[in-house]
Amino acid sequence: MGWHTVAEADAVGDEEAFGVKVGEVPIAIVRAGGALHAVHDICTHQYAHLSDGYVEDGCIECPLHQGRFNLVTGAAQCAPCTEPIKVYPLKVEGGKVLVEL
Amino acid sequence: MSDSERILIIGAGQAGGRAAEALRGAGYAGRVTLVGDEAEPPYERPALSKGVLLGDEAPESTYVHGQEAWGVKGIELVTSVRAEAIAPGSRSVLFSDGRRMGYRHLILATGSRVRPLIGVDDTLGGVHYLRTIVDARRLAKELVPGRRMVVIGGGFIGLEVASSAAKRGLAVTVVERQAALLERALPADIAAAIERMHRARGVDVRLGAAVSALHGTGRVTAVGLADGTELPADVVVIGIGIIPNTELAEAAGAESADGVVTDEFGRTSVEGLWAAGDVTSHYNPVLGRRLRLESWQNAQNQAIAVAKNTIGTPAAYAEVPWFWSDQHGVNIQVTGMAEAGARTVWRGDPSAGKAMAFSLLGERIVCATAFNAGGDIRFARKLIESRRPVQAAALAEAGTKLKDLAAPAQVGAAA
Repeated sequence: MGWHTVAEADAVGDEEAFGVKVGEVPIAIVRAGGALHAVHDICTHQYAHLSDGYVEDGCIECPLHQGRFNLVTGAAQCAPCTEPIKVYPLKVEGGKVLVEL
Repeated sequence: MSDSERILIIGAGQAGGRAAEALRGAGYAGRVTLVGDEAEPPYERPALSKGVLLGDEAPESTYVHGQEAWGVKGIELVTSVRAEAIAPGSRSVLFSDGRRMGYRHLILATGSRVRPLIGVDDTLGGVHYLRTIVDARRLAKELVPGRRMVVIGGGFIGLEVASSAAKRGLAVTVVERQAALLERALPADIAAAIERMHRARGVDVRLGAAVSALHGTGRVTAVGLADGTELPADVVVIGIGIIPNTELAEAAGAESADGVVTDEFGRTSVEGLWAAGDVTSHYNPVLGRRLRLESWQNAQNQAIAVAKNTIGTPAAYAEVPWFWSDQHGVNIQVTGMAEAGARTVWRGDPSAGKAMAFSLLGERIVCATAFNAGGDIRFARKLIESRRPVQAAALAEAGTKLKDLAAPAQVGAAA
């Protein structure tokens, strides 16, 4: 529990993502439309890292089957995904990205 | 509500189900009736040759929605009933249970059926085709470790079954009549990379091999090839393609040519009659020609577009074709259409991890195949859509971000 420093804020370009681990939890750090988001990195449909996926219109798209998730709410946006992904609180302090688990 | 307001959808597969749902999603408040000849509610087929055969996914997990969800959406779902004839003049359809239903618009989503292997006894025990949930349940029970399986047909279905069966511990042989696997879908050099993947997992691949007989009494024991070879077999799976179910539309007078002919809005040549999904030979404005597709994307997105058009919300279906396959733990995605005369530019080596193969005509990408590189396939799709010229050397260089190549052109850059 608590806030964890996971990356430098400038490490992720716009409409890009990368994966980190906080303890055993895989997390995707995503920048979309300039804003940073932290979401669970594994697709709820099949095992795939969302951080390898495509970022557009405030959503991240799974690289396996192009299921999309809203980065703010975590909601699945289209088939084949139906279950939401978990979204984590994120803040930037002193140029560092912190995520709360 | 009277029948004259009804939108009737024949075929309760993925396309039919998505069409019905899209009508409600677009705010249509009239009667929507979805009729299918299978017992299940609408389901998606991709997992039937993969997760369901592996035992990782329940057959029911393929349902687009649970049985009860359709009623909640105000969609009347009728299963295990066949449409027998359309009367386009009186706008009504006669069904196998004697019912006659009127309609204002009729969407045909009748899909396709497996192409039978002619000239052999495919009624022997242990001989399977794979198309439906029922087929998948029957085949899954046959995947017993140590058994010998012969897959007839080296297309995507055959190769996915081969992959699933190999993982379940069967000894698998794939028999393909053509000189290369995936002959209809991919250039030979890309197909060869997939062939190597199968061989590396112990799958025996026989190319240029025609099947002449299925041997056995009651149950299959061997597959006979034209050159006299006999391949011992405990289980045989035939995957040699599908045939679009066009008969109903043809009998109603709709134009048909390897699929029910439609424009990009799903209109057939008959007033009030629309078509969506596998059964269509539809005009694709991006490619500038008609084509028939057998994909999840087409079943879902074309159906959604066609449904909107029936209620006066113009929506052309104009997407670059895209599909995926999962074989031996490798996710393969293809976008665009392979064209004769295209040359292949590789980015990475699929036997070593992530890779892509681009098919280029001149400096234009017409098709891209991704191996465990799904994140890049979207940029490839953009490059195909934009028809932007790209340098082969830039594509081949792993250090070049596809995202940058696909980004809107800089001012002053060559168009």
